[in-house]
Amino acid sequence: MLTRRDTMALGLGVAAVAMVPGVASASAVDDAISAFTGGAAVADGGVTINAPEIAENGNTVPIEVEAAGAVSILMLAAGNPTPGVATFNFGEGAGTSRAATRIRLGGTQDVIAIAKLADGSFARGAVEVKVTIGGCGG
Amino acid sequence: MSDVRPRIRLPRSAKAGDVVEVKTLISHNMETGTRRDGSGNVIPRQIINRFTCEYAGKMVVDMEMHPAISANPYVEFDVKVEESADFVFTWYDDDGSVYSETQAFEVG
Repeated sequence: MLTRRDTMALGLGVAAVAMVPGVASASAVDDAISAFTGGAAVADGGVTINAPEIAENGNTVPIEVEAAGAVSILMLAAGNPTPGVATFNFGEGAGTSRAATRIRLGGTQDVIAIAKLADGSFARGAVEVKVTIGGCGG
Repeated sequence: MSDVRPRIRLPRSAKAGDVVEVKTLISHNMETGTRRDGSGNVIPRQIINRFTCEYAGKMVVDMEMHPAISANPYVEFDVKVEESADFVFTWYDDDGSVYSETQAFEVG
């Protein structure tokens, strides 16, 4: 149920999104993905992203990605001024293909992860994170 | 930056062949290069752009970072430990500085 306070917080979030100076275009996201995959096909699923559904503070949003058998995972924030977030390359000493970090999100947006699997194929996962206060400064 | 300080959390103990969780954090502003100061000048970007962890001389994770990584970058990952050895953690700063931390780990 939405309380009055929640409604106000949501309103602030919308205002913050509207003030974000630059938002990555869809093509910037596509470019980043094809630079990573070399243009190969990307299958949906097989990548798990754990993130809060609603992040109160966009300056530090905990994100965890996991893709069984992945040798590297590219993480993108589709709604930031530039979509790049991080690339994890797992070496032979890695125990799992899982990593967690904290990221900045300028507003409510999709966080996308592309995993490169050991057989050279690619898999994709995405999750929407609602951000109450954006984290790109300005 | 002079106030950069790495912090590492390893499990107390592990058996050979265990997968252990490692948590790392380094104090750093991660200046994005998109912010402006009071007089409207862009504050130049200065971030940690790469982080690596090796165990027993083997690469565990080699991470490329962009300005969307939060200040005081936190990274958590899993390592397979077969024998007692050193963890070597390295952070690479945009200004060319390299911060390194080595910790011995006992496998019982």
